Amino acid sequence: MFDLDRWREIFQTINKNKLRTLLAGFTVTLGILIFTVLFGMGNGLKNTFYKFFQDDAQNTLFIYPGFATKPFKGFKENRRIEFENEDLELIKEKFGDRIEYTTARIYKGVTAKYKGEYGSYSVRAVHPDHQYLEKTIIDKGRYINEYDIKNDARIAVIGRLVEKDLFGNENAIGKFISLNKIIYRVVGVFSDAGGDREERNIYMPVSTIQLIYKNTEVIDQINLSYNMELGAAGAMRLSNDIEKLLKNKHNIAPSDQNGIYIGSVIEDLQQNLAIANVLQIIVTVIGIGTLLAGVIGISNIMVYIVKERTKELGIRKALGATPGSVIGMILQETLIITMLFGYLGIFLGNYILNSMGTKLEDWFITNPNVSQSTIIWATVILIFSGLIAGYIPARRAAKVQPIVALRDE
Amino acid sequence: MIQINELHKSYRMGSNELHVLKGIDLDIKEGEFVSIMGSSGSGKSTLLNIIGMLDLADKGSYVLDGVPIKNLSEKKAALYRNKFLGFIFQSFNLINYKNAAENVALPLYYQGISRKIRKEKSLYYLEKVGLADWAHHLPSELSGGQKQRVAIARALASEPKVLLADEPTGALDTTTSYEVMDFLQSINDEGKTILVVTHEPDIADMTKRIVMLKDGKILEDKKVEQVRASQYV
Repeated sequence: MFDLDRWREIFQTINKNKLRTLLAGFTVTLGILIFTVLFGMGNGLKNTFYKFFQDDAQNTLFIYPGFATKPFKGFKENRRIEFENEDLELIKEKFGDRIEYTTARIYKGVTAKYKGEYGSYSVRAVHPDHQYLEKTIIDKGRYINEYDIKNDARIAVIGRLVEKDLFGNENAIGKFISLNKIIYRVVGVFSDAGGDREERNIYMPVSTIQLIYKNTEVIDQINLSYNMELGAAGAMRLSNDIEKLLKNKHNIAPSDQNGIYIGSVIEDLQQNLAIANVLQIIVTVIGIGTLLAGVIGISNIMVYIVKERTKELGIRKALGATPGSVIGMILQETLIITMLFGYLGIFLGNYILNSMGTKLEDWFITNPNVSQSTIIWATVILIFSGLIAGYIPARRAAKVQPIVALRDE
Repeated sequence: MIQINELHKSYRMGSNELHVLKGIDLDIKEGEFVSIMGSSGSGKSTLLNIIGMLDLADKGSYVLDGVPIKNLSEKKAALYRNKFLGFIFQSFNLINYKNAAENVALPLYYQGISRKIRKEKSLYYLEKVGLADWAHHLPSELSGGQKQRVAIARALASEPKVLLADEPTGALDTTTSYEVMDFLQSINDEGKTILVVTHEPDIADMTKRIVMLKDGKILEDKKVEQVRASQYV
């Protein structure tokens, strides 16, 4: 393999038979190129799809209190149900193994003021986990943490647009902002894929709001995310279990539809996953198809090349080439050609994908790309199949009696 | 140099079996210049191919330079071909994308000889056949006679014990044929054993011994007065 003479011999063969080499190389390049581009576009389609659904976590349950509409255990109907911190703690305690993140939410409309600027915004008082449930992106500073909750810290994390409205070009971090005439320190600025409306929110620690406004333990809503491993059925079961627990705690009739609401995107999620799976299958089929076409192309070319060289191989055998050296020579040649032209195909394919960039977004193709490992695998498969495709006719050629190969037609 | 006893060879042609060689006995000493003659189908090329280890006999024994040629693996056959034999073909069989020097050097490559020595040797043998100036020409740029001379140089380059020539003048005109025979005679004069298959009597007369084949058997085996080709060149 590392015999310099052999390499010279092979490079001469390649060099002196340019048409043949180009023909074989072209097939490899084309195979890899088409594979890269089509696979990349398929991935682009998937990217677009995920972009639509990436605002909030997909595995979230939203739990709201409502009105009990039926009398139960001596309690009257038309009772207003309220959640408190202990409800959240209870859920965590009972279902902790099935739950990923939990947060309370308290809503509050506020008038915010900084220097001369005013604006009306909604405050969400939350727990630190909320960041992951809402997929909040911290642009500057930090999000709310456990320390803030424990100390009822008077801090706020404001949306990108709140900063823009109130602070203009100033950096809001460390500044003091007045919300309904109470002063808070801004510790973070966030953005959110959900759009402008999301970015006009202000986040505060749940305990701070509870202390300042009511000095109670009341919360408006509980959000939580369940472990993805639960699957759709498991998530439904969790949702039912939580409902049962809370209804029991708040003395709501099990048949009462209005006492507690649990919203989820389980069905949506199922549908989305199904679509994503279909896309994945399409992309995979495209990939395998083009790769197969490439493999067939290389096989054909290799059969043709070896056929064309039968006489030359016969001469070499008559002059003392062993069958092993004949096979080795052809395989090494194949290897060089497929690697060289395969690399060219990767390069061209990536170039085309990169130059597409954002131009195809109108056709639902976002950021078309192929992962490095996929490309390498594809190339390995092509090279390997090229070797097999070369080996079979090469072995036959090496077995042919020189006299047959040299027979004049 | 070559001892052949009771050699048989038959080919299968569809359902028929064609018995080409029907018991050949032949003994060739070192330094002989033998021509094998016969009409087409007499088995002369088959005999040469078996001697050249390009084909295998069905029955009989064949000893080349004291080595019994029997049950050879492909690898061993390739090694022996390379070491013992030099081939000259009717259609030259040069590799068309290699120049004259590279063609001559090819058997040396398969002997594992270093590049530098290959180059020296190939030039030496090209000079011997009078083609030193054509060393870097491709076969397509050479005349038929020149091609055959390159092929002779290639056959000589591996310094074989025996030269085997299958109709070496078959594709050449008379003048060129005699030139080629002149070369072969001078090589024989230096002591090389040469075996030529031909159907041309004048070519056969330029060797020292004529073996006539007919229907797979030796009809006649006679020593002849050699006609020197140089007088015609």
